[in-house]
Amino acid sequence: MTILLTLDITIMKILCFINHVPDTETKVKVSGDGKLLDPTGINYMLNPYDEFAVEEGLKLKEKFGGEVVAVSLGGDSHKDTLRKALAMGVDKAVLLKDANPRDSFSLAQSLAEYAKEYSPEIILFGKQSIDYDDAQVGGLVAEMLNLPSISVVVKLEITDGKVIAHREIEGGHEIVHSKLPIVIIAQKGLNTPRYPSLKGIMDAKRKPIEEKTVTANSPKIEVIALRKPPAKNPGKIVGTDASAVPELVRLLHEEAKVI
Amino acid sequence: MAKFQDIDYYNIESLLSEEEIMVRNTVREFVDNEILPIIEKHNRAGTFPQNLIQPMAELGLFGPTLPAHYGCAELNNVAYGLMMQELERGDSGIRSFASVQSGLVMYPIYAFGSEEQKEFWLPLLASGKRIGCFGLTEPDFGSNPGGMLTRAERKDGGFILNGAKMWITNGTIADVAVVWAKLDNEIKGFLVEKGTKGFSAPEMHGKHSLRASVTSELVFQDCFIPEKNLLPKSGGLKSPLMCLSQARYGIAWGATGAAMACYDAALQYSKSRIQFGKPIAAFQMTQEKLVHMLTEITKAQLLTLQLGRLKDQNKVKFTQISMAKRNNVHHALEIARMSREILGANGILDEYPVMRHAANLESVKTYEGTHEMHTLILGEDITGIGAFV
Repeated sequence: MTILLTLDITIMKILCFINHVPDTETKVKVSGDGKLLDPTGINYMLNPYDEFAVEEGLKLKEKFGGEVVAVSLGGDSHKDTLRKALAMGVDKAVLLKDANPRDSFSLAQSLAEYAKEYSPEIILFGKQSIDYDDAQVGGLVAEMLNLPSISVVVKLEITDGKVIAHREIEGGHEIVHSKLPIVIIAQKGLNTPRYPSLKGIMDAKRKPIEEKTVTANSPKIEVIALRKPPAKNPGKIVGTDASAVPELVRLLHEEAKVI
Repeated sequence: MAKFQDIDYYNIESLLSEEEIMVRNTVREFVDNEILPIIEKHNRAGTFPQNLIQPMAELGLFGPTLPAHYGCAELNNVAYGLMMQELERGDSGIRSFASVQSGLVMYPIYAFGSEEQKEFWLPLLASGKRIGCFGLTEPDFGSNPGGMLTRAERKDGGFILNGAKMWITNGTIADVAVVWAKLDNEIKGFLVEKGTKGFSAPEMHGKHSLRASVTSELVFQDCFIPEKNLLPKSGGLKSPLMCLSQARYGIAWGATGAAMACYDAALQYSKSRIQFGKPIAAFQMTQEKLVHMLTEITKAQLLTLQLGRLKDQNKVKFTQISMAKRNNVHHALEIARMSREILGANGILDEYPVMRHAANLESVKTYEGTHEMHTLILGEDITGIGAFV
């Protein structure tokens, strides 16, 4: 008599850290103290790079089974973004509540603390948040947890605990091997994020958002000033057909001095 | 054109729930990403983008107010309306597709069908695996559907259907038609499946309007319809009119979406088009048009929102739906034409959406109860005197 055992019985625990950022169409303003973005009149959205992280988490769950948890650190407004992740299909959402601004290091510390407690097989980040664009948190969390991390990932394959990731590098892809548990930092191209379905939106209403209050350690970085880039000078149209080429070349050479 | 920005002069969003806003934003994103980039091509070719049926089904756009048991989203009527608004901001033909599948096929099966019919058809229709159409209007009976000539007669184990229907959205691509016919002089609903012997659904050609939508005739020649395909709870003209109320409700929202698209195009254009050394938005006559358009859009938004709230409380009267359909489509068409004027010669090009919307809205003003019929419905309601004949 043969007894068949299923060896791969561990369910995959998948953790996605997500951020709540100004809509890409919003015209941002600097706040009165000159150090932060002014939140008034801004529409917020799930950070686009984090959407790739959530989608990859959902795809991994579809493949391996398990649970996808989305976590965001911030004030109550971050619940909108967590609810979008729930509507896309994550199983659970957690708000690490702290409305105060954080530098990347103190943010990473709180996220790492949560991750340590949850101990997932895979932690997914977007490569950067499109508000302050530090692009540090994923790497910092990996380091704090002493886990391998692969950044700017555009393709991910996981088989029997082995990880093969394609990274975007200048002019090509770098293929990296590692193993679970791991931190994966998503780049555009990794997948096409799904739309939350209308059913998903209605189901999201019934899933609670767990709240945990967290406090910041002392920051490593202080923002001294935030300024908008200087206004661009208006462009010049030299012509609309081939006869404009010599003049264009002359201007690029003599005025712009780029060729 | 720059990405669409919400038009909400009266902060009506503050009256919406979180889910309603999320439904609207999701469908808005879908329309911006999946419909707007391809719609002009289909409008030129006169084709419906059939490859969108599956993504639309996955999003949950078919029968979204029906119970989750059938694979539907259980939206309230306001969220459903916002979905229709966004779809028609894309194109009236796309909204028509969703309206027919939801309000005119899934709704009658849900309202008048047997348990077996519901269990069989609703999940297939919600998932887009089957497409439906609705046959009420006939070549000689439009505003007066009670005069229909299509007849069903009893025959062993079923019925024999004879007659013809016209102006049927989705007819040629439908797997099932909800057909209204007289049985012993009472109007009843029948499910006629594609492939039924004697049933054909040729596409109508030569439309200047709703070009990205399939419009067909349905022809029935001694079609045998099994007993199980009769909608058992249907009876009388009231049954198809109940379906039309669903569809008209969606149209009232949809027309507002088309108007928003036109206003957005006109506003953007007027700020960038320079004549006599300044943007044409700086001219009083342009400003008057823009103000008129925005005011009518705001009024239409408020009408539909309150209509939806009434519908969610089961307090809506069909005459109130008539008022919103009549008003919103009339002004949407007016706004589309005014936008075309602001865009000048550019307005006739399909680089901009306004002429397509204007042409579509000519149909929308006539279908699901003409503007005139809704006037008479309201006239009768407020005076107590019918002026139909």
